[in-house]
Amino acid sequence: MSNAATTAPAPAAPPPVEKIRIKVDGRDVEVPKLLPNWQGKLEPTTMLQAIQIAGGEVPHYCYHPKLPVAGNCRMCLVEFGTPMIGPDRKPVLNEDGSPKIAKSVLPYEPSTPRGAIACATPISPGMELYPNSPATKQMREAVLESLLINHPLDCPICDQAGECKLQEYSVQHGQATSRFVEAKVHKPKAVDLGPRIVLDDERCVLCTRCIRFSKDIAGDDALGIVNRGSYNTIAAWKEGAFDNNYTLNTVDLCPVGALTSKDFRFKMRVWFLKETKSVCTSCGTGCNITVGSREGAIHRYEPRENDAVNGPWMCDAGRLNYKWVAREDRLKDVLIRGAKAGWNTALKEISAKLAAAPQGSVALIASARQTTEELFLLGKLARKLGALTDSVPRLGEGDRLLVNVDKNPNMNGAWLTGVAAVPAAGGRLGLIAEAIRSGQVRTLIVFGEDVTKCGIGTDLLAKLETLIVSDILPSATTATATYLLPGCAHAEKRGTFVNAKGRVQKFMKAVEPKGDARAEWEFLHELVHNVTGQNGFSTIEGLFNQMAAEVPAFSGLEWAKLGDTGVTVQI
Amino acid sequence: MTFSVPSSLEAQLDELATHYPVKRSASLMFLHALQEHFGHITDEAIEWTARKLGLQPINVLELVTFYPMFRREKLGRTHVKVCRTLSCALAGSGELREHFCKKLGLDPHAHAPQTTPDGKFTVEFVECLADCGNAPVVLLNDDLLPKVSTAQADEIIAKGKGL
Repeated sequence: MSNAATTAPAPAAPPPVEKIRIKVDGRDVEVPKLLPNWQGKLEPTTMLQAIQIAGGEVPHYCYHPKLPVAGNCRMCLVEFGTPMIGPDRKPVLNEDGSPKIAKSVLPYEPSTPRGAIACATPISPGMELYPNSPATKQMREAVLESLLINHPLDCPICDQAGECKLQEYSVQHGQATSRFVEAKVHKPKAVDLGPRIVLDDERCVLCTRCIRFSKDIAGDDALGIVNRGSYNTIAAWKEGAFDNNYTLNTVDLCPVGALTSKDFRFKMRVWFLKETKSVCTSCGTGCNITVGSREGAIHRYEPRENDAVNGPWMCDAGRLNYKWVAREDRLKDVLIRGAKAGWNTALKEISAKLAAAPQGSVALIASARQTTEELFLLGKLARKLGALTDSVPRLGEGDRLLVNVDKNPNMNGAWLTGVAAVPAAGGRLGLIAEAIRSGQVRTLIVFGEDVTKCGIGTDLLAKLETLIVSDILPSATTATATYLLPGCAHAEKRGTFVNAKGRVQKFMKAVEPKGDARAEWEFLHELVHNVTGQNGFSTIEGLFNQMAAEVPAFSGLEWAKLGDTGVTVQI
Repeated sequence: MTFSVPSSLEAQLDELATHYPVKRSASLMFLHALQEHFGHITDEAIEWTARKLGLQPINVLELVTFYPMFRREKLGRTHVKVCRTLSCALAGSGELREHFCKKLGLDPHAHAPQTTPDGKFTVEFVECLADCGNAPVVLLNDDLLPKVSTAQADEIIAKGKGL
């Protein structure tokens, strides 16, 4: 996937683009002769692309800008005409001197317009497209009628209802009533296609988006059409065999309710979901996502298109990694030595302890799962205290498509703010352990990590005078904390992550935190103010802009400028 | 029964695959040969073909399910194909098939090929067998029988039951 560098020096002026003049619904339009195809390679511009450039829409099922063109659903049929050429090979002109247009018609039935599928037909100079003509509308109506013939029309129990192209186009382009009186073809229902996918073959319009995605994007040629003819169905080799890490993208791609997610199916009507722009936290790629939530509960993640990061896809593991946010054992209370306390008391006590701590007697272990703003504030605190700092590495397996080997969503954020050890995060953890053992470090601050799993066991933690821990879920570290500060999942606060390629991306708050939990940056801001005496910003926008001014890598950035898809910085 | 392709057949098919610019094109010929040898196409045969031609089993399954003459089920020892196309239909092939079905305890209205539970007979309605002058015709295993009467049908059944 291409990586649009936005802060790099302005790219050289692109070579002049060759343009073609055509007419769309009678309006003159100039469109590029070539446009990128699904792989980004330049190919002759199609009617569909030209109509989109002209500001129009062409309904379609099988066409997807990021998949190879199949041209099988016929929904994008458009009436068109080309300049007429005389026997002398010269254009035939109307009386007013304009070129005469020969509309495309059936060869032996010249009164019947012959449409072309806009997704796969290239445009030519002088071509006229009629995406809103009566003939085009009639073609759409006919195609839609054909697609609905065997459709079960079970929208009231269908998960796709509300985001279904069949529903939408039926309203926009279809007929009010069905003329079909014959018996519908019955096909397999609730087919167990894979561990995360259920297929309803009766709802399927056979657009083959799922087949093309699996074969050409995910590289797993697992799906096909069997029993071609009236009973053709999408199938995998064996029930349950459709199992790669990208299968759930086919649920997004499916324009109808044929492919459904086992995780989401029958759980929530989509029109009840609040959609929040966010970023996936499962690895360093930072796929852009939309969080679907209702009444404080997250119901699904869906990929949000960002060509600089994830395109329109995301992996199944990341998509399903949201349930921990609603875990019953989430930390909900501020605890001082195990006893429930208030934020004010805890912060006042911690501030006093840190302010009185001698230089070098404090160490800080942050998490590269925290937001850049939080890491920035922790960095400030650490510098004031002369504290050793580090974060915990989290390496795993990656793949060629989206999954990064680094399972921390914000490793670069931890490096750029100077919290994590360079060149390898975790390089100073041994030093910190040693300093605790020798008694030099008397106070340890831990954010979002279980340090007992990285060389600082409970025996060492017991040697400390003060252990200040902030986390979301309980661990052996939180169990021994002197001060326990309940924090927020990313979906419960705002902030930014810097992905493995240096993309600074912001995410928004989808749901409220549990119990007394507070966004870490809020109480860190207070703590930093108390300990360092420096005043900061109490809004995330102001805090980000302050960080941009102080951290060289972020110079020139502003919260507002990050937009929905982020900005790439030099790492 | 474990699936194993005789080495002579395998060698023959390997050679056959070299005739095509793309290995995948040999899929149909592979399936024909395997059906010829095993009588029907099993999951193992599909997996074997896919492995041989560098395909996924689903690619081969698509092909097998498209052609009605590729069989996924084991056939009866006596395979009766009754022609259903126009000339034979006019000459009473419908009644003939019904006769076969009733005598063998099969559903005379079923669409697909049917095999008796004892595995001795498969009765099937097929498209034109290209012997319209002798309607109604039956293809009995590999032998074409002209002008088949119900009496002849009873003989076929009697003979088949003895096999």
